[in-house]
Amino acid sequence: MGAFFTSRIVSDILIGAAQGVLVGLIALSLVLIWQSTHVLNFAQGAMAMFAAFCGMTMLEHGLNYWVCVLISLVAAMLLGGVTERVLVRPLYGKAEINSIVVMVGFLGILESGASSIWSGMARQLTSPLSQTYFTLGSKTLYLSPFSLFQIGSALTLMLGVAALFRFTKIGLQLRASALAPEVSRLLGVRVNRMLTLGWIISSAVGAFAAIIIATSGSGLFPSNMDGFFVFGFIAAAIGGLESPGGAILAGLLIGIIQTFVADYLSPSWVAFTPVLILVLSQLVRPAGIFTKNTTRRL
Amino acid sequence: MQISNLTVRYGAIEAIRGVTFTAMPSRITAVLGANGAGKTTLLRTISGLVQPASGSIVIEGVELIGRATDDIARLGVGHVPEGRGVIAEFTVEENLRLGAMAFDIDLAAGLDEQYQQFPVLGERRKQYASTLSGGERQMLAMARALIAQPRLLLLDEPSLGLAPLVAAELMTTIRELCATKNLSVLLVEQNAKGALRIADDAVVLSVGRVVANGSAAEVASDDQLRQYYLGLVQ
Repeated sequence: MGAFFTSRIVSDILIGAAQGVLVGLIALSLVLIWQSTHVLNFAQGAMAMFAAFCGMTMLEHGLNYWVCVLISLVAAMLLGGVTERVLVRPLYGKAEINSIVVMVGFLGILESGASSIWSGMARQLTSPLSQTYFTLGSKTLYLSPFSLFQIGSALTLMLGVAALFRFTKIGLQLRASALAPEVSRLLGVRVNRMLTLGWIISSAVGAFAAIIIATSGSGLFPSNMDGFFVFGFIAAAIGGLESPGGAILAGLLIGIIQTFVADYLSPSWVAFTPVLILVLSQLVRPAGIFTKNTTRRL
Repeated sequence: MQISNLTVRYGAIEAIRGVTFTAMPSRITAVLGANGAGKTTLLRTISGLVQPASGSIVIEGVELIGRATDDIARLGVGHVPEGRGVIAEFTVEENLRLGAMAFDIDLAAGLDEQYQQFPVLGERRKQYASTLSGGERQMLAMARALIAQPRLLLLDEPSLGLAPLVAAELMTTIRELCATKNLSVLLVEQNAKGALRIADDAVVLSVGRVVANGSAAEVASDDQLRQYYLGLVQ
């Protein structure tokens, strides 16, 4: 049994899953914003990075890791709420290119702002949980307490978001506001508040992913979410942009396939792999693998 | 509800021109007229979806102009829009729960009441709204507005697209609801004959202006109105 868990294939799956859930979380945060406001938030990664900086730099002042995480999440929620109210709301009903241009501009402002405030140097975040892999006898099991937390918390977040949307009054109003804002208003639903709430939740999910990414090895620096944003965007597109579960699953898939490609083919193919998966999935099912519709509304 | 000198413009076009009339409480007021007469614009203005250029809409002493649509709904104005507006991706029960959400009412009792009023909705409570027929969707849209216990119900073309028998049944249901719930109804209809059959009062619009205003019986018996504005040939 131990030989199975330490085999090359299972090892690749475990390493890939730990990376994949992070891609999935970024994809989930993009899907949440797309679902609630039909905006493709190109600044999602940069917003997550900025919020992570707000809290995690407090580590240098001796604050506990989890307190810093909490501060980052609060900062992310504030940033998400304010961004929706100030930058995005005036763009509703206008051509989609407007929001794309504004959010790309915002990405630039956040990254250069972070560079000015906290410098462009990567900050290593000390993990509160061990990142040393477990061993089974003399073999390595490619799971550490931190990667277990990484996978477990991502899946818990996904289930939490799904339960919020499915089973709560707020979730029903969030979905209704996204699907039929005018009808929702006629029923007395505070649609504007729901749209802001969608951005708040999404920003918190993105910031959580940014903190885990920074802690798991890359460190925190102004552009450290750029690559993950691209992979997250691809996962969201494969999942169908309207399926939170699909986003997470597509993220997992990307992470695992990337690890197999690095191990069996060449590490230089890793960055190209998600694009190839996207092209293939779009050829097979353009509306997304996990959407109910076979065509997407234009 | 008193509407005074209401004017609505879409750019250079005046969709409603100085409309003035009063809809009496606990009565059905039919708003009739041809396509483009301004009927739907009138309802959308009452609900705050369209902001007028000038005029006033007052319900029980409260001015609606300038208020947000969700605030107006919370004041007790239910609006079943043209095309019904049921959320196809929601189940029947989710649509109804959404209708009750903004209001301080007993949800279980509200659902029971609507399922009694519209038994077919009770049978299909777990079905997605996309699977309902046109008539069932109209019932769902009405039930979703009624669960909030509105004081004024705005109905925009409820019989549109329904088979004549289903449309006639729906009109009878509206009449019963008005009587039993003490509900005021503003009923926009192209089906003038059906609307006049159940309405107490009627307002006839033509190109954004009120051309007649009186009891439904008076309007129904005016040959000129019937012929020129309502398309009811002798």
